[in-house]
Amino acid sequence: MRRDDNISGKLDWVTVMLYMVLVTLGWINIFAAVYDENVNQTIWDLSLNSGRQLLFMGACSIIIMGIVIVDMRFYEVFAYLVYGLVIAMLVMVPIIGKEVGGNKSWIGLGSFGVQPSEFAKFATALAVAKYMGSVGFKMDNLRMQTILFCIIGVPMLLILLQKDIGTLLVFTCFILVFFREGMSPFLLIIGNCAAAIFILTLLIPNQYYLHGAIVIGLIALISFGKKKFKRIAILTIGAIMIMGVIESVDYVITDVLKPHQQNRIKALINPDADPLGFGWNVTQSKIAIGSGRFSGKGFLKGTQTKFDFVPEQSTDFIFCTIGEEYGWMGSLITISLFLALLLRVIFISERQKSRFARAYGYCVASIFFFHFAINIGMTIGLFPVIGIPLPFFSYGGSALWGFTILLFILLKLDAHRGEVLQRI
Amino acid sequence: MNSWRKEIIQVVFVMVGLIFLIKLFFIQVVDNRYADLANSNAILRQVEYPFRGLIYDRHGKLIVYNTPEYDLQIISKEAKGLDSAKFCKVFSLSKEELQEKFKELVERKEYSPYKPTLFIDKLSNYDFAKIQDNLDEFPGFYIQARTTRAYSTSALANALGYVSEISKGKLEGDELNIYKQGDYIGQSGIELFYEEQLRGQRGVKFKLRNVKGIEKGSFDNGKSDSISVPGQNLTTGIDLELQEYGEFLMKGKAGSIVAIEPSSGEILSLISGPSYDPNLLTGRLYGSNFKLISSDTLKPLFNRPLMAQYRPGSIFKIAQAMTALQEGVITPETRIRCDRDIINCHGPHSNEDLRGAIANSCNPYFHGVLRKMLNKGVSNDPYEDTRMGLAEWNMHIQSFGFGSELGIDLPNEKNGLIPTPAYYDRAYDNRPWKFSNIYSLAIGEGENLVVPIQMANFAATVANRGFYFTPHLVKAIGKNGKPLPQYQERHSTTIDPVHFQVAVDAMQQVVEAGTGQYRARLDSIIVCGKTGSVQNTPLPDHSVFIAFAPRDNPQIAISVYVEYSGQGARAAASIASLMIEKYLIGKTKRPHIEQYVLNGKFLD
Repeated sequence: MRRDDNISGKLDWVTVMLYMVLVTLGWINIFAAVYDENVNQTIWDLSLNSGRQLLFMGACSIIIMGIVIVDMRFYEVFAYLVYGLVIAMLVMVPIIGKEVGGNKSWIGLGSFGVQPSEFAKFATALAVAKYMGSVGFKMDNLRMQTILFCIIGVPMLLILLQKDIGTLLVFTCFILVFFREGMSPFLLIIGNCAAAIFILTLLIPNQYYLHGAIVIGLIALISFGKKKFKRIAILTIGAIMIMGVIESVDYVITDVLKPHQQNRIKALINPDADPLGFGWNVTQSKIAIGSGRFSGKGFLKGTQTKFDFVPEQSTDFIFCTIGEEYGWMGSLITISLFLALLLRVIFISERQKSRFARAYGYCVASIFFFHFAINIGMTIGLFPVIGIPLPFFSYGGSALWGFTILLFILLKLDAHRGEVLQRI
Repeated sequence: MNSWRKEIIQVVFVMVGLIFLIKLFFIQVVDNRYADLANSNAILRQVEYPFRGLIYDRHGKLIVYNTPEYDLQIISKEAKGLDSAKFCKVFSLSKEELQEKFKELVERKEYSPYKPTLFIDKLSNYDFAKIQDNLDEFPGFYIQARTTRAYSTSALANALGYVSEISKGKLEGDELNIYKQGDYIGQSGIELFYEEQLRGQRGVKFKLRNVKGIEKGSFDNGKSDSISVPGQNLTTGIDLELQEYGEFLMKGKAGSIVAIEPSSGEILSLISGPSYDPNLLTGRLYGSNFKLISSDTLKPLFNRPLMAQYRPGSIFKIAQAMTALQEGVITPETRIRCDRDIINCHGPHSNEDLRGAIANSCNPYFHGVLRKMLNKGVSNDPYEDTRMGLAEWNMHIQSFGFGSELGIDLPNEKNGLIPTPAYYDRAYDNRPWKFSNIYSLAIGEGENLVVPIQMANFAATVANRGFYFTPHLVKAIGKNGKPLPQYQERHSTTIDPVHFQVAVDAMQQVVEAGTGQYRARLDSIIVCGKTGSVQNTPLPDHSVFIAFAPRDNPQIAISVYVEYSGQGARAAASIASLMIEKYLIGKTKRPHIEQYVLNGKFLD
């Protein structure tokens, strides 16, 4: 068997180019976000976030080389081991972790710190893909579904202990992968409905309106559809269950959760509820983005993001800088780049011969998509404020490395797709 | 086989991207409001501090209210070209002081050149009026208004407590995020106990400003504003006039006066001497005054009515009498010879019954009573017998509210001490003990400790003939409100009400013919009282008196402690009767007694 050592020729260069463009744009915007016109600063300055981000980017090239050099079988064979290691790290966090910004989610390595939760994403993706790729796997088997939910549930539980709600929610995106691999779409729909009901319950203070709406909907469904006993019974039971969920939300919020947890959840759902905190951030973020108009104020010319009006400018709210300095055109280009990357990852996933690689590809797409959607949605006031980074743009080593590892494992698998026997 | 699923996912991705682009198109291109906002150098967020609840006395007189106070804030980015000479003149600062202020400013943790940061704090109304007209000559400076506490009286300081900036520790423990740095919080007294009711809710206003920093109305029509909610007003049971009179009488003395309305448990006055003027602990001088007051050797911050623990002395004989009657070891007719062998006595009497023994405060009588109570002969072992007797005695005495904190609505209440068998086991290191070791309890000496508020509550319990409401300062929270639920609950003693009649008779006799007849008697009102002189050998005794009046349907119950002032019949009885007179009649008809109290020569 001929072994092809010229791996670089087989990497998907479209994706690599997209990756490099996104990371570079991110780095430039981080500099713009922290730039102070009164101080003579350069983008290389190591005391700035932009300078440190450059170091992180340098580390990325080493990580990428490592990923490419390792035998492609490693990822599938050792998927569970990697998963286990990351889980162990997550367990360690509450014990030896250090607190940064109120969340204890960091493990220190000398003067450097990493966030294991960022690495949990690719490790879980590997484990999920490995399980789905195993012989005899069937997505509609209840036992196998349960195991899959356990695989994503364990890291979620551990991240919950760190109170990092944003990262916790990222793990719900695996539902998309399950859907692609044949899970009944009903679960997706029911899940979305439950979330919608939960949010509606919190937004609408008087639950009688909700109950009323459900009863009217029930009567409408019964009267317009076929009038079979079984159908009516199922609809009625469904309606009663939804009402039960509504009542339980109130119980969970007021009786189970502690007051400060209640506030956090209420503020997540409704930013206006806390105008001193989240609501203020969104208002400032929208002003910054909106003030960019069509073509933006130009590189380093933004005022809002520099005047400390927008919080977390170089991390969670980095999109404000893009919106302000490059206007709607900048937004268009950035969003197009992300869509191109997402669609390219799906394209790559679909051309895999093994289910392992395909499922992994979808994991990558789902995680990127979730971050992209929630982060930008939050800065323009479409989603509640959940602190998760915008991939490749937000400042931070762990996040950048996590996303890079995710993407390049896929590219490595893709480069060797010809060597895999089809077994779908 | 699953290509439709792939397509759905792709469609979802593209849809989300398109929705973002459309929303962004509206924010960035269609809606020019945001651009204007950014050009006008954005929105100013003004915190509206809520009004802290007011505190009234029982007749609706205002005791604690709010007065405006102003902080001067700076946005240093806008404060360029400051005419520092003029600024110094307007704010009466020296050039060095101004430089110092700027240095402090930059060192502040929350400092940002683009955000309002505190520059000078706690400007008074007077200072503000002076600088208000000049303020627009200093661009970049803004006034943030808030309120501080002010008092209509110089009395009641320890009960009211004070308000000051929240401490770092409390801020960190504030899990609900109610407080922000720089917020004022109740630090003691009512201000601390009722912090939750008094504090109200902070509001935020978003205001538009133009480049020159001039306000241009509210942002988004005030949609994101929240209105501050004022705290609830508190009505106390305090009779402010009585309180002030009590403090007037206590001038130059150490001790306490506690007066309670027996039928409700409302505290009419709560006097701690020496005290301080509550107005000293507000405004700009808080820091320096607090240092002075807290380092004062007379401890004006020590709230004696709740925190000072004394041996009860002879007033405890009333409780002993009722416990013995309830246990059936004596009857009101029981006579015990005043032999003065073991305990000494005073005054001419030899063989009194119970009422006479109380009126003459006969020590040997109560020595005998306690012996009967502790040694009932249930067990042949005198040690075991005392032990069982003491446990029963303790149960009765505790039911009067002695031995543990009553739970009044002020912080830092002390327990006092009513010994249990376990207590003596510890004290005697598990060696045996019996009645002859502990008989000092009989006359309120020995290991007993009580707090003045407990003694006043005891007087109220006798006045009520067997029950009490936990003493409390606040009788109504909010408009037409009620006190907290724990103060609406009636506590009964373990003594049958019938036995209290004896105590009432005896206490009347104390005032009319016994130890209290010279200074506690009033012509128009039947006062029931009991004197006490708490031994402090070799120092003079503490002078103690408890009383209630009138005898039927009592309106006031009172306890008075005057430290190191000798017999209870002198200082304490005089003060108690003057307080009763003041409350029930309005003024004293006995200026010589008032003069006697004010002169303060009780030991001659």
